[in-house]
Amino acid sequence: MNFPILSSLILLPIIGALFLLFSKDSILKNYQTSKYVALFTSFANFIIAIYLWFLFDSSTSDFQFIEDKEWLKGFVNYKIGIDGISILFIILTTFITPLCIISVNNTIKKKLKDFLIAILIMEGLMIGVFCSLDLVIFYLFFEGGLIPMFLIIGIWGGERRVYSAFKFFLYTLLGSVLMLIAIISIYWISGTTDVIQLYELRIDTKYQNLLWLAFFSSFAVKTPMWPFHTWLPDAHVEAPTAGSVLLAAILLKMAGYGFIRFSLGLFPIASELFTPLVYGLSLIAIIYTSLVALMQEDMKKLIAYSSVAHMGFITLGIFTVTQQGIEGSIIQMISHGLVSAALFLCVGVIYERMHSRLINTYGGLVSVMPKYSVLFMIFTLAALGLPGTSGFVGEFLILMGTFQDNFFVVTVASLGVILAAAYMLWLYRRIFFGKLINQKLLKIPDLNNSEIIILWSLSLPILFFGFYPEVLINTIEVSVKDLIEMYNYNLNMNILEIKNNG
Amino acid sequence: MDNTNLIYPEIFISLSIMFLLILGIFKKKNFNFVYNLSIISLVGTVILIFNHPIETEMSLFNKSYIIDYLSSFMKILTILSGIFVLIISSKYLKLCKIFQIEYPVLILSSILGMMVMISSNDLIVFYIGLELQSLALYVLASFNRDQLKSTEAGLKYFVLSALSSGVLLYGCSLIYGFSGSTNFIIISNAINSSQYGLTFGIVFILVGLAFKISAVPFHMWAPDVYEGSPTTVTMFFAIVPKIAALTVFIRFLYVPFINTIDQWQMIIVFLSIASMIFGSVAAIGQTNLKRLIAYSSISHMGYTLAGLSTGTNEGIQSSIFYISIYLLMNLGLFSCLLMLKRNNQYYESVEDLSGLSKNHPILSLSLLAILFSLAGIPPLAGFFAKFYVFKAAVEQSMYFLAIVGLLSTVIAAFYYLRIIKIIYFDPEKEKYDTDNNIGLKISLTFSTLLILLYFISPSRLVEIISKINII
Repeated sequence: MNFPILSSLILLPIIGALFLLFSKDSILKNYQTSKYVALFTSFANFIIAIYLWFLFDSSTSDFQFIEDKEWLKGFVNYKIGIDGISILFIILTTFITPLCIISVNNTIKKKLKDFLIAILIMEGLMIGVFCSLDLVIFYLFFEGGLIPMFLIIGIWGGERRVYSAFKFFLYTLLGSVLMLIAIISIYWISGTTDVIQLYELRIDTKYQNLLWLAFFSSFAVKTPMWPFHTWLPDAHVEAPTAGSVLLAAILLKMAGYGFIRFSLGLFPIASELFTPLVYGLSLIAIIYTSLVALMQEDMKKLIAYSSVAHMGFITLGIFTVTQQGIEGSIIQMISHGLVSAALFLCVGVIYERMHSRLINTYGGLVSVMPKYSVLFMIFTLAALGLPGTSGFVGEFLILMGTFQDNFFVVTVASLGVILAAAYMLWLYRRIFFGKLINQKLLKIPDLNNSEIIILWSLSLPILFFGFYPEVLINTIEVSVKDLIEMYNYNLNMNILEIKNNG
Repeated sequence: MDNTNLIYPEIFISLSIMFLLILGIFKKKNFNFVYNLSIISLVGTVILIFNHPIETEMSLFNKSYIIDYLSSFMKILTILSGIFVLIISSKYLKLCKIFQIEYPVLILSSILGMMVMISSNDLIVFYIGLELQSLALYVLASFNRDQLKSTEAGLKYFVLSALSSGVLLYGCSLIYGFSGSTNFIIISNAINSSQYGLTFGIVFILVGLAFKISAVPFHMWAPDVYEGSPTTVTMFFAIVPKIAALTVFIRFLYVPFINTIDQWQMIIVFLSIASMIFGSVAAIGQTNLKRLIAYSSISHMGYTLAGLSTGTNEGIQSSIFYISIYLLMNLGLFSCLLMLKRNNQYYESVEDLSGLSKNHPILSLSLLAILFSLAGIPPLAGFFAKFYVFKAAVEQSMYFLAIVGLLSTVIAAFYYLRIIKIIYFDPEKEKYDTDNNIGLKISLTFSTLLILLYFISPSRLVEIISKINII
């Protein structure tokens, strides 16, 4: 038995959280101490994740580091493992969390310790989502994340935090309970909830459509896809900066991951049937939310809507079921994780100084905060997908994959790229250029050290992956290829099954 | 009578009731001693249950009294909850100035009634047990006799309960008339589904039982009685009689009437769906915590019945599993409620929880876990309870029931979230007293830890319950 490295990835942050919970306040008198504890735990987790990447064998699509323990007797096993697709998300999670913790400087005034506990528990649960190989375990982690996020928005959020927290919780819960029924039905139909076994067993064709819809209801809310996206702007606007970052960078990716792993993997024939639906919703999301983003006065809201548009690209790429499309979606998810995290942190930087998120408060910042404007420019360009940033690689691959499938869709989707450029550049112009009218802006300082560290450490991978995406593609290539092969094989078998049954 | 040793627990508890009553008269100054003795006698009863091998299946008294794994398990559950109620009550009773010898004696006799109910295999024995527990409960509800609300609760419970007992008895007589016996086994042999009288009999008995577990539409008494009774009695109401009534439900439906499942299944499904939806919706507007718990327990009974309606062993097991977890969560919830005390005055409005997390972080953390568990959010214990119930339902292709049930958990999540919002997001109020007695603290810690850590080894309890096979 090898060392259970994945379980330790899940458990380490939770142990850190327990340590914080039971440590006496007097020890943590220095406000910073608890922060260092949390930072240390999450950073150690990041190191382990990188080490995991080294150990990871990218030449095979088999699941690796599998841990299999009896849990609910004769029914559900605690089974976790990773392949090329999941490992990137795990690294993303462990990378973003320490940055979140560093960013908690002055934004969180009360109950810092509790906040850190919530973030650490969140991290553990999210890693669990990405490596669970059993539907029930997946659901457990997927839903468990609601509790800390609800508290993060509700306790440390802005003015309308109660409304937003409730909306977030109930919306996602409503989507997820249907998935729970689907999971139980799968157990009843196939006799197991083990994902690897289910890949081989194939799910009976007559149930696939309903099961697909049940899973879709959960993932569509979480992604979020139009028209289920309305919780996202509210949640983002009211959440504290660190909460927004976690939400945008990682929570949303759980749904994209779920689409690849479960919707495509388990229900090929239903995925084929519903592809037009997903295309349609994705296109509407791309065009409509981009237009909505253009009109936003609130920076956080603008970025939130742009997230919805970007997630539209991702769902589009996934359901093309082409090598480029899926690879592009995964890279876009990683890239969006970095970029949206960076943009929310950037908004947090000036919000902390001016206590306003409205765009018209600002203007002419370039002369006051030069360092900040450079970094913001990088993130803006990455968000609109300029070549040389990771955003470009993802979007380009997605469009290429879609092109192979449907010419009309790709034409409409490309419009979204232009719109993204429009709203992002316009945002940049309104904040950084123009006359400096608001006199209060003159007094605000440029970035401090910790902010520089956070933002640069986010921008470096964005640029690096923009020029050299090979690293990412190498990791996911084989897994994606085999996933598509399996998809096509199962699809053909299902079609045969239907023909035989008349 | 060679098998008298099987009913030693019942004999022991009856003897200790009489003994305690007499002792109470002589020891007027020292109630504490008598009180503690009553707890010890309950512990003794549990031990006596283990006196015979727990998996024996034996019937006594012309097969009208049955001892099997189900009855032993449910009796242990009943007595354990009785013990916990007694442990956490003493301080509350002293402060409300109702610390009297009758309280433990009444609780013990009510438990005796429930034990008879649980073991009954005959309509008459069942009725005797039911009346014994009800009579004790009428008095307990109005135990705080100087308070208008408490007496009102007692009277209300008495009138409505008597009505339901009447209906139930009428059902018994119909069944006796059409099958010629009151014994479950003989009924099951004589059964012939074309006899409409039997169907009416089943319906009447189900109405009586549904009243006891407060399933919609026979729930009207619950909010008022829960609110009016002293809090510790409310806790007793919320947990213990339901365990006994559920056992009778199981035995009554699955021993004599399993072959006529098509006649009663729809009734149970209706009771279940109505309770789940009504309980969830009605709880949203409540401002009194005890009333809120009443509605929440109505909806939880709906989930329990959902498992029962499936007509399989898995369904029964899931119901029993659900009620065990429900017991645990309510134990924690009431312990929290009893900690809301300031200057010797107990608070029970939802608003009194406002900002609790500032002054009492540990208490609020426990409440957080308990409430999320009641809402059925993973990975807490409540999730597993719901999971098993819906798994049993889906296995019988009862998708409608499963979907309605899970959607009603979303509605229910709203009011649990509302309490959490009040605890964590709202401005703080004055501090509450922290001089809680040790029993209260132990029961809260015990239940919270079990709820939080249940996911580590979830199959332990399932294994115990899966030995229950009725069909």
